[in-house]
Amino acid sequence: MSTPYAKLPAWADYGLIPVINLAVAFLVAGFVVLLVGENPFRAAVVLVEGAFGRGQGIAFTLFYATTFIFSGLSVAVAAHCGLFNIGGEGQGYIAGLGIGIVCLAFDSVLPWWLTFPLAIVAAAAMGALWALIPAYLQARRGSHIVITTIMFNFIAASVMVYALVGFLKPPISMAPQTRTFLEGAQLPKLNWVIELFGAKIRSAPFNVSFLLALAMAFLVWVLIWRTRLGYEMRTYGHSSKAARYAGISETRIIIVAMMISGALAGMMALNPTMGDQHNVALEFVSGAGFVGIAVALMGRLHPVGIVLAAILFGMLYQGGAELAFEMPAISRDMIVIIQGLVILFAGALEHMFRPYVQALFASLSPRSVGIEAIKGKGA
Amino acid sequence: MAQAAIELIGINKSFGAVRANRDINLEIARGTIHGIVGENGAGKSTLMSILYGFYQADSGEIRVGGQPASIKSPNDAIALGIGMVHQHFMLVDNFTVLENVILGAESDALLKKSIAKARSELERLEREYGLEVDPDAIIEELPVGLQQRVEILKALYRGAEILILDEPTGVLTPAEADHLFRILRQLKEQGKTIVLITHKLREIMAITDTVSVMRQGTMVATRETTKTTVGELAELMVGRRVLLRVEKGEAEAVGVKLAVRNLTVKDSRGVTMVDNVSFDVRAGEIVGIAGVAGNGQSEMLEAISGIRRAVSGSVMLDGKPIDLTGAADPGELRDRGLAHVPEDRHHVGLVLAFEENENSILGYHDDPRYVKGPFLDIDAIRDDARDKISKYDIRPADCRLKTANFSGGNQQKIVLAREMEQDPGVLIVGQPTRGVDVGAIEFIHKRLIAMRDQGKAVLVVSVELDEIRSLSDRILVMFAGRIVGERGPEATEGELGLLMAGVEHREAAE
Repeated sequence: MSTPYAKLPAWADYGLIPVINLAVAFLVAGFVVLLVGENPFRAAVVLVEGAFGRGQGIAFTLFYATTFIFSGLSVAVAAHCGLFNIGGEGQGYIAGLGIGIVCLAFDSVLPWWLTFPLAIVAAAAMGALWALIPAYLQARRGSHIVITTIMFNFIAASVMVYALVGFLKPPISMAPQTRTFLEGAQLPKLNWVIELFGAKIRSAPFNVSFLLALAMAFLVWVLIWRTRLGYEMRTYGHSSKAARYAGISETRIIIVAMMISGALAGMMALNPTMGDQHNVALEFVSGAGFVGIAVALMGRLHPVGIVLAAILFGMLYQGGAELAFEMPAISRDMIVIIQGLVILFAGALEHMFRPYVQALFASLSPRSVGIEAIKGKGA
Repeated sequence: MAQAAIELIGINKSFGAVRANRDINLEIARGTIHGIVGENGAGKSTLMSILYGFYQADSGEIRVGGQPASIKSPNDAIALGIGMVHQHFMLVDNFTVLENVILGAESDALLKKSIAKARSELERLEREYGLEVDPDAIIEELPVGLQQRVEILKALYRGAEILILDEPTGVLTPAEADHLFRILRQLKEQGKTIVLITHKLREIMAITDTVSVMRQGTMVATRETTKTTVGELAELMVGRRVLLRVEKGEAEAVGVKLAVRNLTVKDSRGVTMVDNVSFDVRAGEIVGIAGVAGNGQSEMLEAISGIRRAVSGSVMLDGKPIDLTGAADPGELRDRGLAHVPEDRHHVGLVLAFEENENSILGYHDDPRYVKGPFLDIDAIRDDARDKISKYDIRPADCRLKTANFSGGNQQKIVLAREMEQDPGVLIVGQPTRGVDVGAIEFIHKRLIAMRDQGKAVLVVSVELDEIRSLSDRILVMFAGRIVGERGPEATEGELGLLMAGVEHREAAE
């Protein structure tokens, strides 16, 4: 017995419901803060001010958001094709290998605007290749993509350790990381854009890869909703039988979608390496690939939503760091709890409040709410 | 007249803005067979779901045996002696008959006692109603007719006095349906009350005592079956006169357009579903494949259209052969002029989550008319969709609406419009009017005949014998994966029914 679902106006579907979910997540988080003996209202103020209060905070928020946009887009592209790519972490990590090699080879000879495109290609190629193997196994051998991509995260981590304690590391160094990139592989900062609005920034890693992220968001929108390939991906994602009927090759579409997804995940490595640390170090992805899953879910798999959700998570990262600093009772672990609550309510329990909102809308103005035709069970 | 078993008084039920049931009054007399007919979406299923406790009415009263009853869940309904046999059986395939019968009605922590009790109870039911089933048989090894009997036994075991059957004959051969009717009559004689939901008017005429007609959520009429006709019921259902049989001229069949040769198809378990089948469809004729669901028709259609790989066999399209055993690709067959309206429009023929216009290019999304390089030409696609919407009278006329929001009949029109407007040489159609309301059936049948008259080769597979007989110029009957006979459209139902049941076709040939 299916409950008939009322159709909500778009603004409620994409605006109101996420806001309600978020509000509930923060409400519950507030109780947790109360439990450790801090004032939740002050904590909220510190969090938001830390993220958006000063130019410095905004720059950091956007810096974190950049990585999350890439990883969110990566998850979304695969999800539109019905595939759950949980391996963004590993695809991003292994992309560091490509970036490291390109940067170490060219940073002394090329200017950044020539190194950057090369590094983008290298990162995307490494990410795509890392996704290709699970994709092939899924398409040809039926090995479940969730299992294989997770396993490939571990393989990526091991490969990177091997590379970073081996050939990527300068011979004299004891640290498992590359040497610092020269200026030819350092991305210019975008902090001046924020300073245009009168804010002051001491130093923040907000850099041009943010623009690349926005460009990719636009390209993903074009891909999914305006190209034949995107149409085929969505068809397969909704119904593999319909795709077969339409003459879409299952093997091809799985592999292509996963490689695009992997390429986007790979590009997420540009921001922390070339944009911030100016090297490739151990564990530089630090969970951003997994955050991308929450970002994509919260953004309803739409690039605009993903950019907004990425900024929200950027805010939680940046504001959370400030919070841990300002309120000693609230440790970094507490921030993880808050993030977890956001993921829980915005991602996993996405539809929890939907029936109530629908009932509310239906009672307010039945005409504004189109209702799906009620079908007999046998239809 | 006997005392009422069930009275529904002023039942209302809305889903949001849609009023699925309005002010329904219905009285079902004890010890009778009461039919409820109506188009899809008329509210029959909703009403029965209220009676069986799946939904609660917004207002109104239910009385069972004269007593007001509050039915909040199927358990309440069962406690009141109401049993339901669903259209899609609710059986555990790998359990035995006995295990299924006691499922949810076990009396002890250990099953031994329950099973023993059920066994003796089943024996009693068997004796009383002629409901013979081997209690130790595994469900998935039983034919559908027997599975349905298990569903009936389940309800009786729980003490059902009132039995609701939802579209019970959809999956049965004519002979199995007859057997079911005999059982129902026997149940009636024992004093049980039976509510039969169906859209097959002939069955209503054959077995019910009283019939109620629903239309758009209201109960428009209740008649004594002996005092009404099929024509009157159809008119009441639709609200206007309907042609129950399409009118068509003689077929002018010419050269062979589609030739299927030595087609053998196995399913994923390796069971042969289609067994060395060959036949021709000529330009300008409709060939109908009759058969009980599950005799290989679906697999055959899928193989001919390239969706399913065949073990052996080929098709000739306009004399050019295409091998179906290798990597036969639906896209390639489509390019060669073979259009396919699949049986399962919800999962195969359409992507329900897509906008209407996106579905109107499914399978033709590489056609130069709809694309610019790697991009979709959105304007061209939407113009084209609007064109088809007006040509095929698809409602609502909104090409941006999500496909799931169209009714079954309109969804089928979306698929038909897409496939027919490609001007294919060959059109193969699976279950052209399954889940489609009476008004749209007429439209679809006319379109199919128009295709024929334009000189296309049309192959129709349907489990509705009436439909096959009314549309086809030639009828092929499929049984157990083979074509067991060919008849003209004048063949009687009995004759086709025997063939469909696999009764020695050799005898008939002698």
